[in-house]
Amino acid sequence: MIGRARFAFTVLAFGYAFLYLPIALVITYSFNESRLVTVWAGLSTKWWIALFHNEAMLDAAWLSVRIGLASATLSTVLGLAAGYALARVPRFVGRTLFASLVVAPMVMPEVVMGISMLLLFVGSDQLLGGPARGFLTITIGHVTFSLAFVAIVVQARLADFDRTLEEAAMDLGATPWTTFLTVTLPLLTPALVSGWLLAFTLSLDDLILTQFVAGAQSQTLPMRVYSSVRLGVDPQINVLATIVVAIAASALIASAVLTRRSVDKRAAQ
Amino acid sequence: MSEPIVRIEGLTKRFGEVPAVAGVDLEIARGELFALLGGSGCGKTTLLRMIAGFETPDTGRVIIDGQDMTGVPPHKRPVNMMFQSYALFPHLDVAGNIAYGLKREGVARAEIAQRVAEVLSLVKLDGLGSRRPAQLSGGQRQRVALARALVKRPKLLLLDEPLAALDRKLREGTRFEMVRLQERLGLTFVIVTHDQEEAMSMATRLAVMNAGRIAQTGPPHELYERPASRFVADFIGIANILQTGARRWLALRPEKIVLTSARPATAHVATGQVIDIAYEGDRSLYRVAIENGPVMLVAAMNVARAHGSAHRRGDTVWLGWSDDAGQVLDE
Amino acid sequence: MRLVIALPFAWLVVFFLLPLVLVLGLSFGTNSPDLAPPVELGLNLASFRLLFTDDLYLAAWLSSLRIAAVSTFGALLLGYPMAYAIARARPQLRPLLLTLVILPFWTSFLIRVYAWMGLLAENGILNQFLRWSGLVRNPGTILGTEWAVHLGIVYAYLPFMVLPLYSSLEKLDWSLLEAASDLGAKPLPAFLTVTLPLSLPGIVAGCLMVFIPAIGEFVIPDLLGGTRTLMIGKVLWDEFFTNSDWPLASAVAICLLILLVGPIVIFQRHQQRSLERT
Repeated sequence: MIGRARFAFTVLAFGYAFLYLPIALVITYSFNESRLVTVWAGLSTKWWIALFHNEAMLDAAWLSVRIGLASATLSTVLGLAAGYALARVPRFVGRTLFASLVVAPMVMPEVVMGISMLLLFVGSDQLLGGPARGFLTITIGHVTFSLAFVAIVVQARLADFDRTLEEAAMDLGATPWTTFLTVTLPLLTPALVSGWLLAFTLSLDDLILTQFVAGAQSQTLPMRVYSSVRLGVDPQINVLATIVVAIAASALIASAVLTRRSVDKRAAQ
Repeated sequence: MSEPIVRIEGLTKRFGEVPAVAGVDLEIARGELFALLGGSGCGKTTLLRMIAGFETPDTGRVIIDGQDMTGVPPHKRPVNMMFQSYALFPHLDVAGNIAYGLKREGVARAEIAQRVAEVLSLVKLDGLGSRRPAQLSGGQRQRVALARALVKRPKLLLLDEPLAALDRKLREGTRFEMVRLQERLGLTFVIVTHDQEEAMSMATRLAVMNAGRIAQTGPPHELYERPASRFVADFIGIANILQTGARRWLALRPEKIVLTSARPATAHVATGQVIDIAYEGDRSLYRVAIENGPVMLVAAMNVARAHGSAHRRGDTVWLGWSDDAGQVLDE
Repeated sequence: MRLVIALPFAWLVVFFLLPLVLVLGLSFGTNSPDLAPPVELGLNLASFRLLFTDDLYLAAWLSSLRIAAVSTFGALLLGYPMAYAIARARPQLRPLLLTLVILPFWTSFLIRVYAWMGLLAENGILNQFLRWSGLVRNPGTILGTEWAVHLGIVYAYLPFMVLPLYSSLEKLDWSLLEAASDLGAKPLPAFLTVTLPLSLPGIVAGCLMVFIPAIGEFVIPDLLGGTRTLMIGKVLWDEFFTNSDWPLASAVAICLLILLVGPIVIFQRHQQRSLERT
């Protein structure tokens, strides 16, 4: 029994060290005095100040956030529709094709999706004279792969959804549409929130597809980071990494606290 | 007799090749507590769901209060259903669940509050309006489900296995409570159940279903004492079914037979050996192998506080019954 | 209802299916640097011929497969014990342990790869540590080798391995192991004959979820693998952006898709089955 506990502890300690040590080092060196990310030369906040004066980086971040908001929202709407259709409509023309199209972007290599979408936009540019590559084309690209993730979450939630709840609503006089608004949608909300967050994160993080469809004028945050990192390590990137980790961790803690609080409230009553 | 609240005419429903309901005609009178009794897969739930409007019949029609319900969606039917799983909305509190149907009717807010409070006290859940379903006990959830259907004042309340999810002790008490509630409100209840004890003790009339058809309809005592077929005789309670001729049988209940050591003075007698005894406390069930005949089940009350059953395994005993003890069957 | 189906359906046909058809069409085109875009459409098999005859491309295919396979195996070796330990931890602890595995996924992929650049560089933290500790006097540089790519892939995709493994191990009825030991199986045979076969669905799902993206990976070999590491995703990128050879890049994309059809079909079947089971 003790042997197993020790084994489990060792495995997890090693695993989590592997996952978190690199991140911890990146954070540490964001406070380094030296330009070299490998040599510790004393505590400093100069790279933090430099980053906040890096106009190009800030512009890129703002563009990324705007694209993230737009694409997450649009992919949540489309993903909800796709997941609902897959879970609730057993037969329609092209269902098999539709089901494969929904999940295919999840497993499609990004370089392939990138080149194919760029060809589409080049083609439409030749035939229709647009759309101009930039915010719109990047958003379309991100929606196309993130809607799959939302659809899967919605489909899974609907699959273990108690159908009699919807029947009960209709039995009590609700029309199908009212049933959807007052019963189905509220019960799907947690799935939609996590789907939206996932889509937002994926959009904010995407480099490859974005690089293909962005055009010459637009630069998103990952594109900036990539072009800077290709030239070697850069303390400003460490600062950015620290901020990203801080946001992710505090979002996680916030959600944990909220869940705990609602559990406590339920227990109190 | 006034116009029945429900009239079902030639109703059938197939799922693929399997007929779930195969030609059902049925009338249910106003104010009845009617039970549909049958084993799993006999079509009773499908029949109930066709009355509620969740399944579309292949042929036949359902008439509720004189109105043909063909093509009427569930939300426009004057019936309400209590689901076997209760189907309480987990995101609404108890009051919200009960008010749900009233809001759909567009009832004024003040009236909703008043009617919710009334029905809550009717089912003895006063003060629990702000609880979530997850915070209730099984018995409380059952009563919320009942209240949610009752508050709409339906012409007809359909109950799908309303007591199945409760534990045994609670089930017995709740049976009486529901009967009292039904009588007090003067509503018509249609209960679907697989539990014959439940159907017999609650219903004013019941229908036994088998393989998509109604085998027999009648008040509980009639189904027990005058079964119309071997299926009903065998399904409700225990019966010895003795073949007495070509396509003629006699259904004889174990408690209608006297069991003695000496030959009894009844119209019919038989003798045999006790081969099994099931001691049940208040009574014992004996399996008696008749000489050159079948094995018969006989029940005898344990009136004396002796050591268990009055007869022993291997004893030779006499069985006797009167002329009108059994029911003659021809199907 | 019709709109609910039509809207996402139309979106995916226009923005996903149609582009793939365009790639297929373009892969038979001819590279024409003077045109804009630099392609002449037609039925030219030259790009495919080049892909199957040129040593560079063949080497890229093989090393992609090798790197993806080795990294997947590495992720399984690290991920299985972790998933097992989490599945057998106290139930109250499991959500926290699982969240800790997923958390890095919510931070930037690019930054997680970047973290290894500073670690693995010639004067990087790992080598400084090795020298300081006296374990290795002259450690070689890991950055710029295939080993760095393996490490990067295992690191970046570990959550994808642990999650499906955990969900199949968590469902496992542990009394089966007790039954096995009651019937005389020692711990290792009990593991090999009971736990391992029953967690096979998780192993398959986890391995595919690492293998499929690893094959077409671009960022990790580009940042950690240096110029010596060949991977097919990188080849596609370079043909497109550096050489502006669109037909060749399209042909690479088509071949990559054909290579992945098998694993993807297995994965989708698997997904659909597990969705239907719930």
